[in-house]
Amino acid sequence: MAERPAEPRGPVHVDGEVVATKRVGGYRHLTLTAPGVPERFRAGSFVAVTVEGHVARRALWIHRVRASSAFGPTLDVVVDVRGSGTAWLAAQPVGTKVAVTGPLGRPFALPKEAVSCLLVGEGYAAAPLFPLAERLRERGCAVSLVVSAPDEAHLLSALEARRSVRSVTVLTADGSVGQRGTAADHLDDLVRRSRADVVYAAGPTDVLRSAASAAEQVGAWSQVAVEVPTPCGTGLCHGCPLPVVGEDGVDRVVRACAEGPVVRGDRVRWDAL
Amino acid sequence: MSARVPGPVMVAAGCGGTGRELEAYAGPAGLDGLDLVTRSITLDARPGGPGPRLVEVPGGLVNAVGLPNPGLEHFLATELPWLVRAGVRVTVSVAGATIGEYADLARRLSRAPGVAGLEVNVGAPDEAGAGLFEVREPFHAASVVAAVRREFPADRPVLAKLRPDVSRIVEGARACHEAGATAVVVGNAVPAAFPDGRAGGLSGPAVAPIALRCVTAVRDALPGVPTIGCGGVRDAASARAYLAAGASAVQVGTALLHDPTTVARLRDHLTPTSEEMR
Repeated sequence: MAERPAEPRGPVHVDGEVVATKRVGGYRHLTLTAPGVPERFRAGSFVAVTVEGHVARRALWIHRVRASSAFGPTLDVVVDVRGSGTAWLAAQPVGTKVAVTGPLGRPFALPKEAVSCLLVGEGYAAAPLFPLAERLRERGCAVSLVVSAPDEAHLLSALEARRSVRSVTVLTADGSVGQRGTAADHLDDLVRRSRADVVYAAGPTDVLRSAASAAEQVGAWSQVAVEVPTPCGTGLCHGCPLPVVGEDGVDRVVRACAEGPVVRGDRVRWDAL
Repeated sequence: MSARVPGPVMVAAGCGGTGRELEAYAGPAGLDGLDLVTRSITLDARPGGPGPRLVEVPGGLVNAVGLPNPGLEHFLATELPWLVRAGVRVTVSVAGATIGEYADLARRLSRAPGVAGLEVNVGAPDEAGAGLFEVREPFHAASVVAAVRREFPADRPVLAKLRPDVSRIVEGARACHEAGATAVVVGNAVPAAFPDGRAGGLSGPAVAPIALRCVTAVRDALPGVPTIGCGGVRDAASARAYLAAGASAVQVGTALLHDPTTVARLRDHLTPTSEEMR
């Protein structure tokens, strides 16, 4: 059942514009207009942005959606520069026109009842957990948030989330801020202490795998946002294989962009990923 | 041959997902009347190859996707009826391990309601389609086409998709046409390698001039063979280049991965009544 059935569904391919750009630590935060995309957004879905001179598109997590601003509805994305495509995106000034396709993929499933939720995110991939936390709070869920990164520069700001969550734990591998260590080091303990019924995770494979395994040990559900390269993002190219176990127990390979990016943690065949 | 060649704009095999994913980008007309070639369907389900399956290179993409598909039974039960209901003109791409498998696929697809035509994938760039019948020799490709043609009604097209091998394209096109192919699709991924040396196929804008040369060669040597251009079609100008070279239709592939609305835009620009069409 759709959350709000009256709203438009499905992705759109539209001309968008960069309306704000800001360096935050090691990342570039872009605010984009993309008519129709913010209206359709649900936490965990993503956008694919066309990059000048490149055939493949760049998939970006949606960090925040504003229903209205001076530019109308906008969405915020976090760009981590990893190659020429993301470098181009990060360098674009306000006013640049970009083609945006989205929202793409299956978002996080929300619990029907007010349950206890633990959200675990690492690096820029923690972005979709912030709007998720707001949705969960609206449903009366008790939300604990864990934000981790190699160092302070790659930590998404947890400050803004403090209003909507019960507790925030900050972890850095180098100990530059918060507790020292990785999400994988602390997850078993964090899941137990939070008494979570559902664990949501977004980040590199090791974090997702630890979250799924920690949840399983205490009998909680897990929802993980898997990040594998998605050359088109739309399900057309079959280029983002995600090995899973189906409901019938049969091993399958699905598309991370179309059947994911969010899947149940206990369904992922981690060893085959 | 009474079968009509589809077009003028088709979705190339392997770049249209299951077909459903295009609905959001198909424009006001939706999927109705869209000429779509499915990803290659095999008798048994195939999971496809390991990742990374596609990498970006200057001018295109290198891929080794490995023909992931749900197998014929599942395709007939789920994907095909959905596409037919949506009004899509479905050309099913087929791939098999033996000539017998090709014949079996063609026979069963000939009885399935709504299959507009078949495309025989005889131009895989490399061993990405491991376990498939070896069709690089024109004689072998023609044997496969003949087997498919025997099992598929003569009033529906059988297309032979050849890779744009500049030195052997005329030979391949002639063999496949003589074996009963309604048209030859000229242009497929070109044999290439991933940065780590793994075998794959190059597609995208870089392939356009190669495929165009092949279309021209087929037109010059075999003026009676209907040809469909495929490779680097991304806008009206690149499509018209193929039509001007003598192709009766074009297939759009990699451009859809860049901009999923490409086919919708080209359908608007290249209607069957436009003067470029024969």
